[in-house]
Amino acid sequence: MRLAKKFITLTALSLTLSAPAIAQDAKAIDGAVKARKAQMSLYAFNLGILGNMAKGQADYDAAVAQGAASSLLALIRLDASQMWPAGSEQGAAAGSRAKPEMWNNMNDVIAKAMAMQAAAEAMDGAAGQGLEAMQAAMGGVGGACSACHKAYRGPKE
Amino acid sequence: MLRLLKWLVLLGVAGLGLGYWFTRPATLDPLAMDGLQGDAEAGALVFAAGGCASCHAAPDATGEAKLILAGGHAFPSDFGTFYAPNISPDPTQGIGGWQAVDLANAMLFGTSPTGQHYYPAFPYTSYDRTSMKDIADLWAYMQTLPASETPSKAHDVSFPFSIRASLGGWKLLFAGSEPTAVEPTNAEMQRGQYLVEVLGHCGECHTSRNALGGVNYDAWLGGAPNPSGQGRIPNITPAALDWSEADLVEYFTSGFTPDFDSAGGEMAAVVENLAKLPESDRAAIAAYLKMVPPVE
Ligand code: HEC
Ligand code: HEC
Ligand code: HEC
Repeated sequence: MRLAKKFITLTALSLTLSAPAIAQDAKAIDGAVKARKAQMSLYAFNLGILGNMAKGQADYDAAVAQGAASSLLALIRLDASQMWPAGSEQGAAAGSRAKPEMWNNMNDVIAKAMAMQAAAEAMDGAAGQGLEAMQAAMGGVGGACSACHKAYRGPKE
Repeated sequence: MLRLLKWLVLLGVAGLGLGYWFTRPATLDPLAMDGLQGDAEAGALVFAAGGCASCHAAPDATGEAKLILAGGHAFPSDFGTFYAPNISPDPTQGIGGWQAVDLANAMLFGTSPTGQHYYPAFPYTSYDRTSMKDIADLWAYMQTLPASETPSKAHDVSFPFSIRASLGGWKLLFAGSEPTAVEPTNAEMQRGQYLVEVLGHCGECHTSRNALGGVNYDAWLGGAPNPSGQGRIPNITPAALDWSEADLVEYFTSGFTPDFDSAGGEMAAVVENLAKLPESDRAAIAAYLKMVPPVE
């Protein structure tokens, strides 16, 4: 009887102790998913400024284009290493579309991120140098984004 | 296309039960392609529109290596794993010994030169309305591709699905694509219909299926569960997709969405193929998508 009571108290205690820890884990994962999606959205926003000029939907402006390209490169250079914790893959973490394969192929993920950085550096060098130079650099950036989405991003819910 | 194998549990054996006579593989007259002169250059575009390399190139191939149709790409399903075979012109490991009419029988009826049924992991369920001219051109183009000596991988499929005759009953019920509710009103839309419904086999991914694996034609292109993981293949009818025709053409060319996200997953390979077509073809696909009945 006393033993049983002790067991219940202990269990209750350990539950209250561990509950915040688990909640915090889920919160940390949720925060990481939100952070990386925000980073990706900022890539797309800056790329959109360039892309709309490339498509002729906005007039080419060297200063604006250079600003967008420099921002894109700065965003890509942010340290994202803490934004991809284990357990944050699609299916396990709400809102995530990152395929589980990412975590088994980290070398390839990094190679694809490096390829994107190289393409963004080329864009940073070209964006202020006239419409044609900027247009010529678009394909490289788009291809680098798509190569990673092809391998590691699942469709929306 | 693999989801449709689910109901094979029910129907596979029915194929044997209905009797071989009713379910025997259909073929064309062996002389049906004689006199059709294939044009390899035009065939390159049929090949791109059909997305043949997405399945038949080695899984890790990039760039020029995508033209070596060595096979090996795996398609997991509830019944086991199918592997795309070597369809390079190699006479022993590939299909170098075939005639054009053999390719026609494969694409139009899902029937092999030895009279066996193919599994619908090969989307002949869409290719079955390919024009004879396109098949002749495609065949001519495939002859120009490099040969590969890589042997095809045997499918890893369990009994009774390992017996190809079990597909006869299924084919009787489900093979033979039906016309959709889309009624093209001009030549461009007609071209778009052919590219989407037949060569591009867009419905294989973007349309859901009923419990028996039949295509839900009344929810044509209305989206479907992702057969290979989480998420859903998107609804691309006007009810869900408000992109302009120019937006669609841009997506099919560069992979960029109107807000400059880039295409991912299996769609990235589709975009790589569509980008090789003339712009008029991408515009035709966009015109067709705009007239598809909305699926809420
Ligand atoms: C190294 C891989 C990788 C590269 C390179 C990459 N992405 Fe992503 N991207 C992802 C993954 C994975 C996701 C899904 C993240 C998630 O849902 O948790 C994603 C998601 C996105 C999203 C959706 C964000 C949201 O709110 O759901 C956008 C937009 C995007 N990426 C744009 C880009 C652009 C533009 C580029 C190129 C400049 C790019 N990405 C490069 C892997 C990558
Ligand atoms: C979605 C993946 C996929 C696509 C796209 C695809 N195939 Fe296949 N194909 C397969 C699979 C899987 C098989 C094996 C079927 C079987 O063994 O029953 C196959 C079989 C074949 C065969 C029979 C080969 C043999 O040795 O008997 C030919 C020929 C063929 N495909 C040609 C093509 C052509 C031409 C295209 C493009 C117009 C194409 N395929 C597109 C998956 C695909
Ligand atoms: C092998 C499967 C597959 C085939 C075949 C396929 N798609 Fe897709 N499609 C997808 C997936 C998966 C996505 C989601 C892409 C992503 O997450 O970035 C998609 C996305 C799209 C989108 C963008 C929708 C949106 O809301 O973002 C359009 C438009 C589209 N497909 C059109 C087509 C057309 C037209 C064809 C035929 C020529 C086709 N698809 C063939 C799998 C496929």
